[in-house]
Amino acid sequence: MCGIVGLFLKDKSLEPELGRLLTDMLVTMTDRGPDSAGIAIYGAENGSQTKLTVQSDDADADFATLADDLGRAIDAPVTLRRKDTHAVLDLPADQASQARQALRELRPGVRVMSLGETMEIYKEVGLPKDVAARFDVARMQGSHGIGHTRMATESAVTTMGAHPFSTGSDQCLVHNGSLSNHNSWRRKLAREGVHVETMNDTEVGAAYLTWKMQTGSTLGEALESSLDDLDGFFTFVVGTKDGFGVVRDPIACKPAVMAETDQYVAFGSEYRALVNLPGIDAARVWEPEPATVYFWNH
Amino acid sequence: MQTFDLEARGLRDLNSTLQAQKDATNQTAWEIVNARGSHAIAVGLDAPIEVTVKGSTGYYCGGMNKQATIHIDGSAGPGVAENMMSGTVIVEGDASQYAGATGHGGLLVIKGNASSRCGISMKGLDIVVHGNIGHMSAFMAQSGNLVVCGDAGDALGDSLYEARLFVRGAVKSLGADCEEKEMRPEHLEILRDLLERAGCDAKPEEFRRYGSARKLYNFDVDNAAAY
Amino acid sequence: MKDEQQRFVSQTVPIQSATFSNPINAEIRRAAATGIYDIRGGGAKRKVPHFDDLLFLGASISRYPLEGYREKCDTRVTLGTRFAKKPIELDIPVTIAGMSFGSLSGPAKEALGRGASAAGTSTTTGDGGMTEEERGHSTKLVYQYLPSRYGMNPDDLRRADAIEVVVGQGAKPGGGGMLLGQKISDRVAEMRNLPKGIDQRSACRHPDWTGPDDLEIKILELREITGWEKPIYVKIGGTRPYFDTTLAIKAGADVVVLDGMQGGTAATQDVFIEHVGMPILACIRPAVQALQDQGLHREVQLVVSGGIRTGADVAKALALGADAVAIGTGALIALGDNAPKWEEEYRKLGTTSGAYDDWHEGQDPAGITTQNPELMARFDPIEGGRHLKNYLKVLTLEAQTIARACGHNHLHNLEPEDLCALTMEAAAMARVPLAGTEWYPGKPGF
Repeated sequence: MCGIVGLFLKDKSLEPELGRLLTDMLVTMTDRGPDSAGIAIYGAENGSQTKLTVQSDDADADFATLADDLGRAIDAPVTLRRKDTHAVLDLPADQASQARQALRELRPGVRVMSLGETMEIYKEVGLPKDVAARFDVARMQGSHGIGHTRMATESAVTTMGAHPFSTGSDQCLVHNGSLSNHNSWRRKLAREGVHVETMNDTEVGAAYLTWKMQTGSTLGEALESSLDDLDGFFTFVVGTKDGFGVVRDPIACKPAVMAETDQYVAFGSEYRALVNLPGIDAARVWEPEPATVYFWNH
Repeated sequence: MQTFDLEARGLRDLNSTLQAQKDATNQTAWEIVNARGSHAIAVGLDAPIEVTVKGSTGYYCGGMNKQATIHIDGSAGPGVAENMMSGTVIVEGDASQYAGATGHGGLLVIKGNASSRCGISMKGLDIVVHGNIGHMSAFMAQSGNLVVCGDAGDALGDSLYEARLFVRGAVKSLGADCEEKEMRPEHLEILRDLLERAGCDAKPEEFRRYGSARKLYNFDVDNAAAY
Repeated sequence: MKDEQQRFVSQTVPIQSATFSNPINAEIRRAAATGIYDIRGGGAKRKVPHFDDLLFLGASISRYPLEGYREKCDTRVTLGTRFAKKPIELDIPVTIAGMSFGSLSGPAKEALGRGASAAGTSTTTGDGGMTEEERGHSTKLVYQYLPSRYGMNPDDLRRADAIEVVVGQGAKPGGGGMLLGQKISDRVAEMRNLPKGIDQRSACRHPDWTGPDDLEIKILELREITGWEKPIYVKIGGTRPYFDTTLAIKAGADVVVLDGMQGGTAATQDVFIEHVGMPILACIRPAVQALQDQGLHREVQLVVSGGIRTGADVAKALALGADAVAIGTGALIALGDNAPKWEEEYRKLGTTSGAYDDWHEGQDPAGITTQNPELMARFDPIEGGRHLKNYLKVLTLEAQTIARACGHNHLHNLEPEDLCALTMEAAAMARVPLAGTEWYPGKPGF
């Protein structure tokens, strides 16, 4: 049960403002989700480099020499940008899976938040305003981003239980609602070799989409099939490297408001998340239809 | 005209001030600025006052209204005018889901579109929507009139009781136990009056009427699939 | 001779199937004949682990008991201390649960008000709105806010002493109500804005919110309409008590009302009553754990219901961490429901006193769960109120007796350590050691 915000920029001149706009939207959704908050932000590409965003509860110790240690392990240059409990490791894209393997051995306490050419995920337990401040989200730039404030229903309030969940390289998912068959899907996915780390229903939703895409579906097809396979109440917002999608379950009780102008497409669990966006008074504002997949691409 | 800055003075001050007009009604016109999608604006009013909300509102604006005329100069969030007893609520923009839910009386006018479950479980309220309405509207609607100048979404009037539904445009699908009914002169009269009061120039003759088939009123095993 | 012996030995006696028992077979025949599930009133009739499997450890040398009648054992409780400007102060921690006008007659509602008021406690409306009989005779009245919103209006909301947002009830968590046409009289129909004589199906979800994030906003609206004066209760059926209590607290509840599967209903499917939900014994500790984890035990009060019959049950519920209990079925029996004096008439209805549960049919010989004027006239609300008051007093005296014996000067000082369990089931569910041991299933360190 939660608050969701999303902003997909069409107008490049707004890109320097992305973090500031999203932070404001996120903080407005505090009442819907005071337990934890997170944000996925799609920034600039860096040639053939990829970004591995990681988190540690003991960041001082874990991050101090991590870039050098990891660079040696994969025999490639690695740079590290630390943000509070998180760090973004830039490394050659073709070394990404080796780097994840090496990281598990070098720093067992470090957890991978996301992997991608442009996407970085930051999430922590705490009030949205505090989480946004810790990571200085307001100063981040990018083409699109998705944020989430969480009121936990049945699974633990932890960093890993916070949203967004990464569903694959440059892909993420946030959710408002409550899935009623996630335990069956967790077991089915495990038989398919897909690992789900937490007891969180949303992580199962994310893993489901990843599995669908690994077995040949496009993201749009995976979202369509989620309407048949996932039971319960859900509004999903997903991000990809160059796109942004929304889908609601067929009953569609959980709130969702969208706004579109020439400059952006925005999503909020409530309208008040959108009130500070530029030109909102003239925007086309509507609620997504049930069981309908919406998608925007750059 | 009294102007009330919601951001500066807060929701509790706003509602207690407006609710207090029950006893002192010489200040009959109020304008609320900086609504910014806040919830529970102008709820529980009980006086013949005019309240204009500048900007869009969050959940339950005008909830349980009696007597007051509340004008939302923007769009309304979920449950606008929920359980209204009397008075009028006018939304200039669109209304989110559950508009007019369980309303017992009064008039709700939505000049834009209404989302899903418009008029759910309504109990005597009249609703006029200038645009379209979403799915599951008038679910279990008990009494009152729902007038839609545009189109209606899926499952209109599911498990309907005695509410009257008038739709000018297309109906995507009818819900269980809802059927089209003959438009009789008395219905045209009701429509004419509601359209006029809602400031809508549509003609009553352009509408179709839908109501309960009354097949689910008492249990019959052969209708069990509809439950 | 030998042949005859052989025959005698080989003869079998008829054996009834434990699986396809006579009651089960009767239900199969009934379903086949009618094509509708069995609808009835009341709560679960099957045997479930209950408070009976817990015993108190009275004081002797290691602890000292209080003297009855001389040394005070307080029973007062205040509900709604978290946010409400006007919390409800009750003399006794036993309240009357929500039961609707419609399912009950007007005089029966009046009697509940009379009895509860005389005993210094509250009564509760139900799915059908507030009646003058009930408001007029109840010094403390809790107004239920239900998915159907029958009769819901802001004036009654402001006339109430507390508001109970009903999300679920123990007899049918996740389900709505069923009131069949026979009971929709002119007055009930008018209060519910429904045609007379039709079946009335109540919704299972609220029409204008779903989930805790929306509930928080709904509670804000109710508080704004009532000037933040009234305590807001949230009532849940006992299924996932830890999570649901946690979320009710997060959504801003002043009081959580938790109803176990033995809790009654006016009418719903028998399969629902008997097969959905948990016994109240299993619900209390997880709910209390949720309150403790939020640091709000005794600040957000917990009212438990479902199968409370005696002062021992009251004391046990409080010892496990509840602040108060609510009674429904017990109150109806005190008024005269299922009384043996109507045995002849129960037999005419194909049942017997104590087993009558077709409350939805409106033919209650005791005149309580009916809208039939002739039957209603059999019930005297003044006498009924007096009986209810007496019963409430006895529940209180019994609970006090136990609390004093355990050395407590207030019922709220009862604690789980005052209890032991007779069965493994009760030990596990109540998290109370098996009698004579220090162990209960699930306790770490063993």
